[in-house]
Amino acid sequence: MTTLFSSAPSATPLAPVVEAHDLWKSFDNGRIPVIRGADLSVAPGEIVALWGSSGSGKSTLLHLLSGLDAPDSGTVSILGLDPALEENRLRLRRTGLGFVFQLHHLVPDLTVEENLRLPAVAAGAARDETTRRIGKLLNEIGLEERSEHRVQDLSGGERQRVAICRALVNRPRIVFADEPTGSLDEPTADGVFARFCHLAKKEGIAIILATHEKRFLAACHRVLRVQEGRAVVQ
Amino acid sequence: MSDFLRIIFVNVRRHRLRAVISVAGIAFGVAAMLTIVSIVLGAVSMFQDILSSESHYIVFEKDVSDLFFSSVVGEEVEALRKLPNVAEVDPMLVGIVSSPGHPIITCFGVEAGDARLRKARWIGGSASGFDSEKETVYIGVRAAEFLKAAPGDRVPIGKATFRVGGIFRTGNGFEDGGVFMPLPLAQVFFHRPDVVSLATVRLKETDDGKAFQKEVSHIFPGLVALEDREFNRNYSQFKILTMTSWTVGLFSFLLGGMGVANTMLMSVFARIREIAVLRVCGFSKIQVAGIVLGEAALLSVVGTALGFAIGLSGLAVMGAVPQLQGYVQADVRPSILGLIGLVAFLTAVGGALYPAWFASRIEPASALRFE
Repeated sequence: MTTLFSSAPSATPLAPVVEAHDLWKSFDNGRIPVIRGADLSVAPGEIVALWGSSGSGKSTLLHLLSGLDAPDSGTVSILGLDPALEENRLRLRRTGLGFVFQLHHLVPDLTVEENLRLPAVAAGAARDETTRRIGKLLNEIGLEERSEHRVQDLSGGERQRVAICRALVNRPRIVFADEPTGSLDEPTADGVFARFCHLAKKEGIAIILATHEKRFLAACHRVLRVQEGRAVVQ
Repeated sequence: MSDFLRIIFVNVRRHRLRAVISVAGIAFGVAAMLTIVSIVLGAVSMFQDILSSESHYIVFEKDVSDLFFSSVVGEEVEALRKLPNVAEVDPMLVGIVSSPGHPIITCFGVEAGDARLRKARWIGGSASGFDSEKETVYIGVRAAEFLKAAPGDRVPIGKATFRVGGIFRTGNGFEDGGVFMPLPLAQVFFHRPDVVSLATVRLKETDDGKAFQKEVSHIFPGLVALEDREFNRNYSQFKILTMTSWTVGLFSFLLGGMGVANTMLMSVFARIREIAVLRVCGFSKIQVAGIVLGEAALLSVVGTALGFAIGLSGLAVMGAVPQLQGYVQADVRPSILGLIGLVAFLTAVGGALYPAWFASRIEPASALRFE
């Protein structure tokens, strides 16, 4: 693949961090089938794009793969844990997974730093360690000066970068991103995607993103087109 | 923990108007309960103080629900005085009348040597002619204020007019806002010849109290002797008043609790996606419920503090209003404040249980699906 962004040339054959087999999901009591028999395996440090048009089911598949939603049938294993169990979901969200959404979903009226503390609060992490971690993350994205600003005082791009930082606070091994650049202008979107590439390459974090933007696909290790409820290798 | 609390504080601050409405609901509930209960307890306490002045037992007619309807005849009073363990008997006839512009004046018909007269501090005149001066009454300092009376004046009380022999202060609202009159005069005035409402009894040896009670029930089958504390516990008027005040107070709390439930539910509905994001960040169901309950608890603490301030201020104002004749002498006990605070806390947190449960069940995928 061509590399518009600097990601790893290929994923090394390590144990998969996410494995899904024969996933089925429908809504409205089975009347609206969305995912029909999807299979997927993702390795550490791999960037996998779930690509498709609006309504193709890529977000639904992402939710199934991340344990945010439960499949009607099929199995998902994340870092060796079954996300169907609440205790496993909590453990994964607190230590193994990070999430980024199209809308940043930061908590208004909290400062940047307070927003970034949320995952650490949930995990019961030590305050000092969290403070250092947040400082480092903000430094990496050039927002350390704005840590005390409330999120409504930030631009859209800044908010999304903060949202990525929030996903990274608890040092996840996988980041799930649902249209992370969908509401950003092109230069800002490029910066956000470059950040994902950096995370995959330098920190070995697996990135699974749902997107409809073609221009980022070349930088991904794999592109799975979500079509008629299945993930087809592009 | 401090970050968790900070989330709670910020959430309350973010929804200021709702928070203010909730706090106001709790505060008014607390103020209402504090005011009502303290006034009633104060009134009961004042009445108890009158009845138990320097005495150990209260003797009155058996099976009457209200002391105003109790009748103890003069012979019985004299017989009580002759009992071997009895040191002193103070008979008292209680009646309530009104005078122009003043709906309640409590009248106490007593004898000259009554303990209640002995403890009075005389502001004007004295009780030296209590037995001898005709058509003369002795009025409390608050009654003197609202009747605009001075020693030697004539004042209208009920349908009659009396000369004021003296003005006293005892510190008891009923007494200071009432009238002492010689027992024979009171018996004529209230058309109850040779009858008193009750007799307070001081014993020589209090250890023989039970024997005294048995003696009274044996000699006077129509009377009952109750120890002061026993009387306070069993007198139905006290029980009715206390129960009523707590019931009214609790209902006002329920309104406050419903306000909290409404506020918290609206607050949760408005934050469904935000709560979903908290769940995505790793917050457990218990942590999410804890945030909602914590917000309710915070509202209850602020509301309770404000309610105490409003209630205590209201009681202070009522105690000073001349029109209330000093009858409002609130009895604000730490135990009552604690109980009200506890009820406020439980009501607020109880009102937030459903919103907390609802919030804890929010699933991220469904909440975020339609972003």
